[in-house]
Amino acid sequence: MSKATVIPFGPQHPVLPEPLHLDLVVEDETVLEVIPQIGFIHRGLEKLVETRDYNSFIYVAERICGICSFGHSLGYAETVEKLMGIEVPERADYIRVILHELSRIHSHLLWLGLAADAFGYEALFMHTWRLRERILDIFELTTGGRVILSAVCVGGVNRDFDAQVLSTIKEKMDSIRSEYKQICNAFLKDSSVKNRLVGVGTLTREEAIKYDCVGPFARASNVAIDCRMQASGAYSRLSDFQPIVEKDGDCYARLKVRLLEVLQSMDIIEELIATMPAGDIAVKVKGAPVEGAQASNALEQPRGECYYYALGNGTKNLERMRMRTPTTANLAGMTMAMKGCDLADVNMIVLSIDPCISCTER
Amino acid sequence: MSFATKSPWVIHYDGSSCNGCDIEVLAALTPAYDVERFGIINTGNPKHADIFLVTGSVNERNIDVVKEIYDQMVEPKVVVACGTCACSGGVFHDCYNVIGGVDKAIPVDVYVPGCAVRPEAIIDAVVQGLAVLEEKSKVLQERKKEGK
Repeated sequence: MSKATVIPFGPQHPVLPEPLHLDLVVEDETVLEVIPQIGFIHRGLEKLVETRDYNSFIYVAERICGICSFGHSLGYAETVEKLMGIEVPERADYIRVILHELSRIHSHLLWLGLAADAFGYEALFMHTWRLRERILDIFELTTGGRVILSAVCVGGVNRDFDAQVLSTIKEKMDSIRSEYKQICNAFLKDSSVKNRLVGVGTLTREEAIKYDCVGPFARASNVAIDCRMQASGAYSRLSDFQPIVEKDGDCYARLKVRLLEVLQSMDIIEELIATMPAGDIAVKVKGAPVEGAQASNALEQPRGECYYYALGNGTKNLERMRMRTPTTANLAGMTMAMKGCDLADVNMIVLSIDPCISCTER
Repeated sequence: MSFATKSPWVIHYDGSSCNGCDIEVLAALTPAYDVERFGIINTGNPKHADIFLVTGSVNERNIDVVKEIYDQMVEPKVVVACGTCACSGGVFHDCYNVIGGVDKAIPVDVYVPGCAVRPEAIIDAVVQGLAVLEEKSKVLQERKKEGK
């Protein structure tokens, strides 16, 4: 029996593109305890509502995080629309959901690539990211941006998709789907992937509920929680929606959930393109939120449930804007999943919650 | 510059960026842009790196980390500020916890604008950084000769 030692992990670490610091208390090769330290990316964005009016804050909102960029602009816009009682045209809802699901695909592909890199499968990392570029091509075609899209405004969307663009998206989705299935095969059938992931960082269903885990991290532990089940916006037009749930609660289950969610998002996009209604894409927004008006909104981001709260004060600036992002909720579950794991598995478990530190700290 | 005399290794640190620039830095390494064909490798060790890519602005918490990584790098070294935030603070310039661009912490050689910065622009900046690197190593060598 040896003495416990503390090993620092991060903030600059090759496996994470983002700064997160963990103090790992280890004995031999076993992790006894994990103490996270955050705050490296804190900028103070929520306070910016005092200096930006509700229309221009959307540009700040989508820069909360570059990966879930579209989701944050969508969540913010929906909250302000609830605050001011604005009805968004149906076509705008459809375009929003299509873009949101596209960004879920890009986010999951990004994660799959990083995960492959973390367990040492570099060729798979390169292939996933090659495929992800095709999604970014769709973004560039439809909105002009690769990462920051600026497609949503309060009251609707900025850009319309004409019939030609829609059929291009459909064609691209078809070709991406067939290539994606090959990547799925590599992830699910390769024994080296299984050796690295099965049984690593297990979180039981009870623990996932106790620590308020959300998103694919919770769904991999058999918790059927998905904000898309609320069927708000264009999600209500879907013929069927069932969250993807796995039972094992280990890193492999989390991988499977995300792999299947990409296919699910592709189905959603195809269904919405087929049933897209005609009409306006935005309504004109006038006036300001009433003093004391409150609104809240929950949106399923690629990483899980993101909660938004807004408070008006009668002027064009909001009194308060608050967000609770999925990684904030998942960090506690992650430290629990890491207790008793091997030191070599730490980076895999950290990645398996798909940490987005930039959202967490804002 | 007709050809590179060195295959530069880069190290990447995310200041307080929104991730947008970080994933573009990574995208530059993957098949669509593939900087590895120029011998550029992303390393995790500051002591192996020639070019320091910083995304995002500096704040009170990470300014020491940025300085520490810079100090650990071996001369000659080049710093590239990727994205508008790293250049000047960008959209977050008036946040209470943002000090400003990376040049508030360490000397910057190449500034790359863009929100988010495009992978082509990053490649371009690294090529510019190579020229700076060559100049710096010449100066170092001359100093060495004078020392002898």
